[in-house]
Amino acid sequence: MSDIVLEVGAELTPKTYPVTRASLVRYAGASGDFNPIHWSDRIATAVGLPGVIAHGMFTMALVARAVSEWTDGAEVVDFGAKFTNPVVVPDDDEGTSVTVNGTVKSVEDGLATIALTVVSGDQKVLGMPKVSVRV
Amino acid sequence: MAVDGSLVGRAFPPTKPYRVTDEKVRELAAATGMSWESGDRVPATFPIVLAFDAMNAFLDDVEVELSRIVHGEQKFSYVRPIAPGDVLTATLSVASLRQIGGNDIIGTISEITDESGALVCTTSATLVHRAAEVA
Repeated sequence: MSDIVLEVGAELTPKTYPVTRASLVRYAGASGDFNPIHWSDRIATAVGLPGVIAHGMFTMALVARAVSEWTDGAEVVDFGAKFTNPVVVPDDDEGTSVTVNGTVKSVEDGLATIALTVVSGDQKVLGMPKVSVRV
Repeated sequence: MAVDGSLVGRAFPPTKPYRVTDEKVRELAAATGMSWESGDRVPATFPIVLAFDAMNAFLDDVEVELSRIVHGEQKFSYVRPIAPGDVLTATLSVASLRQIGGNDIIGTISEITDESGALVCTTSATLVHRAAEVA
């Protein structure tokens, strides 16, 4: 069941999900995005990145998971985000994590719009992430 | 190497029809730590599987090295939810192209259509083609 009624101003329970190198390998296989910046330190650093970074789409998929958990699987009508800061994933057992916060901005015409804040460590990783679900 | 500006407005051939199966949806959901059962809603970012197919074909065509691509932005706008059994095709077109600091900022739009040709989802991606380091 959803853990909150979608009414304007409602703060949704933050969700934190782990991100390890294993997550990235698994997501690469499932999604078909085999860009080596998501699995090779050598290539990631050669193109000027701080290290292996999570797929932006993996982070976005975690946000979709949070929205699904908040809304008991409501139908998503619009979903978008900018990938403003990379999620660097160290090659150790802990990896890193992504935390998704949401606030209901509006509920009208059968759609609830949720403004999101998505952070890894102290840094926001998505710019202007927003989702609309059918209610 | 800059990407050729004449690409703007160009549509690439549609991807091969893709049948959405329970197994594939479960695999992609599991990659984000979700358990997914038949009848559950397909995760909102699922069309990326098709969009990547289209993007890879596009990047091959314009001879861009995948490791120099960083995802800048992604949006999904749904006409209807995707369900297992759907047979989907993605058609990518280049919407915009600009150069900033030697990087190409490539805007793409992929239309996801079903077997009848009806639009299911429009997904737009901004791809940042990073310039090679200056020696």
